[in-house]
Parts: sequence; structure tokens; C-alpha cells
Amino acid sequence: MIPVLWAVATITFFLMHAVPGGPFTEERDVPESVLRALNARYDLDKPLWEQYLNYLLNLVQGDLGLSFRGDREVSGLIGDGFFVTFQLGLLAFAVSVAWGVFLGTVSALNRNGPLDYLGVFFATAGSAVPNFVAGTFLIIIFAINLDWFKIVGWGGPDEWNELFNPGAWDFRKVVLPVIALSLLPSAFIARIMRASMLEVLNQDYIRTAQAKGLQYYVVILRHTIKNALIPVLTVMGPIFATLITGSFIIESLFSIPGVGGAFVDAVVRRDYAMIMGVTLFYAFIVAVVNLLTDIAYAVVDPRIRYS
Amino acid sequence: MTTYDAAGIAEFEKIAVRPQRNLWSDAFRRLRRNHLAMVALVLLATITILAFAADYVSNIERYNPYDDQDFSRIQEGPSWDHFFGTDNLGRDNWARVLAGVRISLQIAIGTQIVVVTLGVLVGSLAALGGRTIDNLLMRATDIAYAFPDLLFIILMRAVLLDSSAPVVSDERVQIILAIGLINWTTLARLVRGQMLSLHERDFVTAARAMGARRGRIVALHMLPNTLGPVIVAVTFGIPLAIFAEAALGFLGFGLTPPTASLGRLVSDGYAYIQTNTWIVVFPAASIATLMLCFTFIGDGLRDALDPRSR
Repeated sequence: MIPVLWAVATITFFLMHAVPGGPFTEERDVPESVLRALNARYDLDKPLWEQYLNYLLNLVQGDLGLSFRGDREVSGLIGDGFFVTFQLGLLAFAVSVAWGVFLGTVSALNRNGPLDYLGVFFATAGSAVPNFVAGTFLIIIFAINLDWFKIVGWGGPDEWNELFNPGAWDFRKVVLPVIALSLLPSAFIARIMRASMLEVLNQDYIRTAQAKGLQYYVVILRHTIKNALIPVLTVMGPIFATLITGSFIIESLFSIPGVGGAFVDAVVRRDYAMIMGVTLFYAFIVAVVNLLTDIAYAVVDPRIRYS
Repeated sequence: MTTYDAAGIAEFEKIAVRPQRNLWSDAFRRLRRNHLAMVALVLLATITILAFAADYVSNIERYNPYDDQDFSRIQEGPSWDHFFGTDNLGRDNWARVLAGVRISLQIAIGTQIVVVTLGVLVGSLAALGGRTIDNLLMRATDIAYAFPDLLFIILMRAVLLDSSAPVVSDERVQIILAIGLINWTTLARLVRGQMLSLHERDFVTAARAMGARRGRIVALHMLPNTLGPVIVAVTFGIPLAIFAEAALGFLGFGLTPPTASLGRLVSDGYAYIQTNTWIVVFPAASIATLMLCFTFIGDGLRDALDPRSR
């Protein structure tokens, strides 16, 4: 994990310094002395390799550096954004798992019936329609045409800016972004759950359970769904990682002040420390979640052994 | 009971010797039976032909997507004059959406060319180049895989932005490279796995036993057998590339205006969503349609090319 993170850091560092233009090139009429002082403050007056070594040295000590934006600690900025993104991501994760498992189960139990076709249609459409397109249509239908959200004081997209006040929980604010975020993962989970259910239903132990005279719902709940969840568990890790790190597009669509928006902003402003910070943060979370998934998988299914 | 006369043999041949069919014609027959995939194929072909013909036939395009501005008719809904309505500058949205589809398809296919080149190269080198090369290339793949996709694409796009190198100065090529240079990992792993398993198969051993050289075995026996999975991966890669391009356009890292990519059209239309929803509906629906078509075709191809997966 450490070598991969180091490689990601190195690539990002040299890539972002290859982006034409510097952080202060757009500010007009800055006296030479001020520019020099600014460059010195942010370590930009040294040769590139020295900046790189300094960055790594600080990184090892847990210091992500200073953002050019407001001269703030990058870790603080990421923390602020992550607080919002994490809340949304967690909700979206819960919704996708619940909805995906439900849909997949219903589909499998009604194999080739109308409910199955409905489920499969949702699963295909959900994975093929981009989330910002779905989000746009959600806004058109529920916020503009149906006017549902004006009733609770929501105007249009313009007025949503300050609704995501971290700390002040309001479920009404999060409904549309959570639906938009969970569309793709729930479709994905539904697909896997359906296939897995069908496979488990064909197993001998299910027939044994039925032969013993167990009630239908006991067979389904205790024997089928429980075992069918194992493949779902493997994809839950990556899904959780992508959801809590947020979606740039959904955040930008709903004007959510999350981590994704901060990154886009950072690239535009050549905010070097912020770009590095966000990239490493993402890579780190994904790596940790993947590790946890492997462990959880081995716990749930004793047949799996890692040598 | 068997009769060995000429008529009997002819009868026998009719039953036993069916016309020779190879993998591809078999696959095509199976694909043709998949109605959803066929509908998607026809729809996609229609859209593609329309979009590319519009560049040459003014009867299809009807208005110039960039220059025909009519300030007396801004933000109109669909009508016979403007099939998809007009945008905030009075430009025809039908022409603009067609131009956007054209750009999206070009970028998606360009991306897949980069992805296939890199993926097949890295994958087969890793599988056949010996332990050290395998380890090295697989570590590189792990790193590229661990890199947050969209972060890399945005960064790479920013790096290439003002490039003046001969081919790269084309903005479409910049976006193709930005997307393609991060998305090859899945294909590389796929090709490596295929190659490794093919290497142990009997027909490869047979070819080696007959004295075929390594290059011949790889080119004639192994590469063609990886083709099926690669085609399926490419079909699924295209919607991802369309999505990535649209996302870039939506976030403002796409092609510079007035060039209209579908993502840019959605984000432009989004600004006027309260006054005229039509502006955003058509490009958004176009993205969804394109991606759905490729997904259905990909599903069909996967079932057709690998009957065991059913």
C-alpha cells in the first residue's frame, strides 16, 4: 500500500507541475518583491526535485502543506469537505445496499416474470445512464416541474448553495443527491444479487432445507439471502470507497461543498498542495477500504484463505 | 440397414457435414437472436449515420451548430423550425446535439484505440516477457489502477491544455489521451490472464511441438483468441469514455466553446434549467441513449462470443 501511495504521490507531483501556468500568474500587478515572498512562503522558489523531497518529508510526518486558498492547512480543508461528502456518501451507501439487495432478491425470486424484467431493466438503465444526467432529470421533475421542493423552501439549483451546512442535519436537503449518487451502485448491486441468488437457489442445501419441510420464508431469508450476500460483500468495499469520496459531478450539480468540488477548484487555481492532498486522500481511502474488504471476505467465507 | 450407394452417402453428408461455420459466424447468429442488442445496434447505427452525415449534408444539420445565432428566437421549445428548440444564443439545438454526438463518438472510439493499444501491449508483454517484466508491468498496472480515475483525467487534461505538439494540439486528441492513459488497466489484466491460460492450452502446445516459432504462435494462435474478450471490453469501455468526456465537459475541462460536446451542452443547458428545460433534456437524453445502446450491444456480444458465460 505504501509503495503504491508513494507512486501516486510522485506521478501527481510531477504531473501537476507540468500543468502550464503557476498559482500566482493570474494575479495582475503584483510587485516583484511580493511575488518572491509568496514563492518563498510556499516553497516554490526551490528547484523542483527539492520541493518534491520536502513534500515527501512533510508527508511522512503527516503534514499535507498549505493551500494557496486562504493560506489554510490542506488537511483542514479536506476535513471540512469530507465531513459533508462522508455524510452524503454514507446515506447513499445505505440506500444503494438496501435497494440493490431488495431489487436483486425480488428479481431472482420472480425469475423471468414481469417483476424480474422490471428489476433487470432498472439494473441496466441505472448502470448505463450517467449519474449527472439522472440527477438533472431528477431536478427537472421533482424540483422544477412538480415543485415538491419549493414547498419546503427550496428554490432552484441556485438557492441550494448554502443548504449543506455541515452539522445541521436535514433529511429533506439530501434526498435528490442521495438518489442520484445511489443510482449506479444500487443497479450494480441488484445485478450481482440477482445472479448470486439464482446460483444459491440451485444449490443442494436449499433443496435439503425445502425437503426438511422448512417454511418458504425461512429458506429464503436464512439460507438463500444470507449466502447470496457474499459476492455482494466483495463489491460493497469499492462502492463504499467511491461513495464516501464523493462524486465530483453530483457535488457540482447540486452545489455541494464537498471534497470533489475542492479538487476541481484546486486544479483551476494550480493549488499544488491541495491537488496532492486530495489525490493522496482518495488513493488512501480506496486502498484501506479494499484491504478491509479482503479481511471481511475471509471472515464471512471461511473457504477463502490468503497465503 | 445402411445403404452405401451414392444416394445414401449424399443423404449422410447432408446431415453430418453441416456448412462449416467459424466462431464469428456462430457468434453473429447468436447475436442476431438477441433482440435487445439488435434494436440497440440499429438505433446506434441510425444515430451515428445521422450525426456524421450532418457534417456534410446541410438538409440534416439545417443550421450551423455554432454560427447561426438568431437573437429573436432564443430559448425556444421544440418546433418544426427547430426540432430540439434553441439555446440562449438562438442557436439550433438539433444541430448542436448532432455535433455533440459526433464529438462524443470520435472521442470514445479514439480512447478505445489508445486503451486497446496500451492494454494489449502491456498485457501480452507481461504474460510472455518473463518474470521480471511481468512483475514490473503488473506493479505499474496496480499503480494506474489505484490512481483516482477522474483526478488523473482532469490533471492530464490540464497538462495537455496548451500543448502545441503536432497531433496533441487537437483538443479532441488531448481528451482522448487524458481518458485513455488511465483506463487501460482492466484490459491489460484481461489480456494477460487470457494469454497465460492460452499458453497452457493444447493447441498452443501442438503448434510448439510442430516447431512453430514463438512470434508465429503469439500472432497466429494466441492474439486472435484474445480478440473476443477484448471486443467485449471495448464495447463496455465506450460508454465509460462517453461518460468521462461528458463529465469533463460538465466540469468545465472539456473542449473550449463554441465547440459543443454533449457534456458541455448539458452543463450549459443546466444554467437555464428554470427558464427552459428543453435545452438540457435533449443532450442529456442523447448521452443516456448512446450509453444504453453500447451497454446492450456489449451484453449481447458477451453472450454471443462466450456461450459458456450463460
